[in-house]
Amino acid sequence: MKTLQRGLLALCLSALAAAASTDARAQKLTIATVNNGDMIRMQKLTDDFTAKNPGITLEWVTMEENVLRQKVTTDIATRGGQYDVMTIGTYEVPIWAKQNWLVALDDLGADYDVDDLLPAIRNGLSVDGTLYAAPFYGESSMVMYRTDLFRRAGLNMPAEPSWDFIADAARKITDKSAGIYGICLRGKAGWGENTAFITATANSFGARWFDMNWRPQFDSPQWKNTLQFYVDLLNDAGPPGASSNGFNENLALFQSGKCGMWVDATVAASFVTNPAESTVADKVGFALAPDNGLGKRGNWLWAWSLAIPAGSEKRDAAKAFIAWATSKDYLELVAGKEGWANVPPGTRTSLYKNPAYLRAAPFAKMTLNSIRAADPTRPTVDPVPYVGVQFVAIPEFQGIGTEVGQQFSAALAGRTSVDQALRNAQNLTERAMKRGGYLK
Amino acid sequence: MTRAATVQRKLAFTVIGWSVGLLLFFPILWTLLTSFKTEGAAIQLPPKFLWFDWTLENYFEIQRRSDYLKHALNSGILSVGSTVLGLVVAVPAAWAMAFSPTRHTKNILMWMLSTKMLPPVAALVPMYLLFRDFGLLDTRGGLLAVLMLVNLPIIVWMLFTYFKEIPGEILEAARMDGADAAREIIYILAPMATPGIASTLLLNIILAWNEAFWTLNLTAADAAPLSAFIASYSSPEGLFWAKLSAASTLAIAPILVMGWFSQKQLVRGLTFGAVK
Repeated sequence: MKTLQRGLLALCLSALAAAASTDARAQKLTIATVNNGDMIRMQKLTDDFTAKNPGITLEWVTMEENVLRQKVTTDIATRGGQYDVMTIGTYEVPIWAKQNWLVALDDLGADYDVDDLLPAIRNGLSVDGTLYAAPFYGESSMVMYRTDLFRRAGLNMPAEPSWDFIADAARKITDKSAGIYGICLRGKAGWGENTAFITATANSFGARWFDMNWRPQFDSPQWKNTLQFYVDLLNDAGPPGASSNGFNENLALFQSGKCGMWVDATVAASFVTNPAESTVADKVGFALAPDNGLGKRGNWLWAWSLAIPAGSEKRDAAKAFIAWATSKDYLELVAGKEGWANVPPGTRTSLYKNPAYLRAAPFAKMTLNSIRAADPTRPTVDPVPYVGVQFVAIPEFQGIGTEVGQQFSAALAGRTSVDQALRNAQNLTERAMKRGGYLK
Repeated sequence: MTRAATVQRKLAFTVIGWSVGLLLFFPILWTLLTSFKTEGAAIQLPPKFLWFDWTLENYFEIQRRSDYLKHALNSGILSVGSTVLGLVVAVPAAWAMAFSPTRHTKNILMWMLSTKMLPPVAALVPMYLLFRDFGLLDTRGGLLAVLMLVNLPIIVWMLFTYFKEIPGEILEAARMDGADAAREIIYILAPMATPGIASTLLLNIILAWNEAFWTLNLTAADAAPLSAFIASYSSPEGLFWAKLSAASTLAIAPILVMGWFSQKQLVRGLTFGAVK
C-alpha cells in the first residue's frame, strides 16, 4: 500500500515538475510559421540572427496552414501568449489589427527602409496608415504556360492575355488522348483554394461579392458569366477530377507535363522552372493574369507576413527578429548562400531594380507587374465596402468562402447546375450576413 | 467429401483474411514506400510501386529540420503517463460500479460516455482559457491531465465490462478473510483482471498516442508530441508528400512495433470472457 502511495506521489511531482520546467524561457522567441519553402530556408539561416542578437534564441513551430490558422487564432483571441511572432496573411492583418490583437510595427529601426516595401503589399498590411505586419514574401497570380505546346499549336501568348484568348488556346492545346489538358485551375473547395481563384477571376468579369450595402451579388449576370465560363472551360479543356484539384495537385500535373496552362500563384514559377522537380522546366513561359477588357485583371494579392500578437511579453526581441527577417540584408544573405533565384519575392521595390536578381529570376518582372496590378481597396470594377482581392476581409469570410466554394466545386463536378450553385451561394451568404448583423 | 469441404472453407477464410489484412495494411505500406521516393517520384502518374530510385534523403532532411526525439519522448510520456493516471482513477471507479451497483450506476456510465459525444472543438476556448490562467499551455503536465480525462470514459467502460466477468463471491471470500477495499482491489481483483487491464492499457496508450486535437491546439514548442511533428510537414504551396510520409512513418513506427509485440495480449483482452 505504501508503495502505491509513493508511486502516486512521484507521479504527481513529476507532472508538476514537467509543468514548471517550461517556465524558464528567458528571451526565447517562439515563432509560428507555415511549411513553405521560403520559411524553411529562413529557419536554416537562424544562426545569422542569433549571432547578431546574442541573448535571443529562436524556437520554431512549423505547421500546416489550416492548423496554423486555427492555433494562432485561438491563441491571439484569448491572449494566450504562446507565440511571440506569428506568420499570418493579408486576410488576417486588417481584421486582427482592428481588434487590437497585433502590435504596431512603426518602429523597426532606421535601417529598415519601410518605404521600400511594395505599395500594394504595404497597404494590404496596414490599417489607417500603420503597418501591423511585415511582409516576408508576397505573391500574386499569373498565367504559366507551355511554350512548346503553344508553338506546336501555332499560338502566341500575349503579355497581357484576355480570358477569350486563354479559353480558345486551352481548347486548341487539349489532346485528351495524349493526356494533355489545355488548362489547369483550382477546383478544390475552400476559401483559400477555388474561392480565391474564382473571386479573383470574377473581379475581371466585373462581379463583386457585396454591393455597398453588404447585399450579396451572386444573383448578378456578372457572377453567372464568371461561373459558367469557368465550368465550361474546365469541362472542355481541364483535367479529369478538376473539382478536387488545389494548388499542389495542379502543381504536380503541370510539373509532369499534363497542363498547357496554369493560372495560379506567382510563387509557383520557381517550382515549375526548377529542373530537379519539373519535367517541363525549360518550356515554361509567363503572362499576366487574363482580363476581360473591363480594366481589372483576374490576379490576386497575398503576402505571408510576420506579426507580433498583443499577448507577447517579448515585443522588443520580436521586433528585432521581424526587422531582420524582412530586411534588405536578409535578401542579400539568402542570395549569398543559395543564389538570387531563391530570395523571398514580392516585398521590396529595390529587389526588382537589382540586376543580379532580374538575371537569375526570369519570372521577376511578371511577378512585380502582377502585384502592382492588384488593388485590395478597389478589387473589382464597381465599388465595394470591403478590402481584399480574392477574399473579403471580414471574420465571417472563412466560413462563407468555404461554403460558397463547395457550391462552385459541386457545379464543376456536375452535381448541381451553375444557376443552382449561384442561388445556393446567394442564399447562404445572405443568411450569414444577416446573422453577422451586416444586413437587416 | 467432408474433408474436401473443410479444406475449401479453410482456404476461403485464409484468402479472405489475407485480403482484408492487406487492404487494411496497404495505406501504411504505401506511406512507407512513398517515404523512400523523391518528391517528384511521389506524385508521379501512374505511380511506381517498387521500381523507383530509393532514397533516404527525406529521413535526413527531417533529422536536419526537426527534433524527432523530443517529439517522440513527449508522445511516450503523454500516452503512457495519461493512461497510467487514468487507470489509477478508473480501477476503483469500475470496481465500485461493478461490485456495488446502485440504481444510478447505469446512468453514471451513460453520462460518462456522453462526454465523448461532445465535439472537442466546442470545449476548445474554455479549455484554452483555463490552461492560460493556470499557466499550463504548452506543458506536459497540462496535457497529461487532458488526455487522461479525454480517455477516462473509455477506460472506465472497458474495466467495468472486464470486472463484471469476475465472480463477486471471490471478492466476498477475501473480505471474509479481512481484506480491506484497497487490498481487495490490488491483491484479488487486479491479478484476476490482468488481461483486461493490460488490453485497456495498450488500447489507451494507442489512443493517446494518436490524439491530435488537444495535442495540436494546446502545445507550441516544448510539449508538442509527434502529432505536431507530422503536421509540420504538410504544405499549402509546394510538394511535400515524400517528406510527410517519412515523418508519418517515424511517428507511427514506435506504436506499430508496440502493437505488434503486444497483439497477443490485446486480442486476449478484447475477447476476454464468454460474452465478447
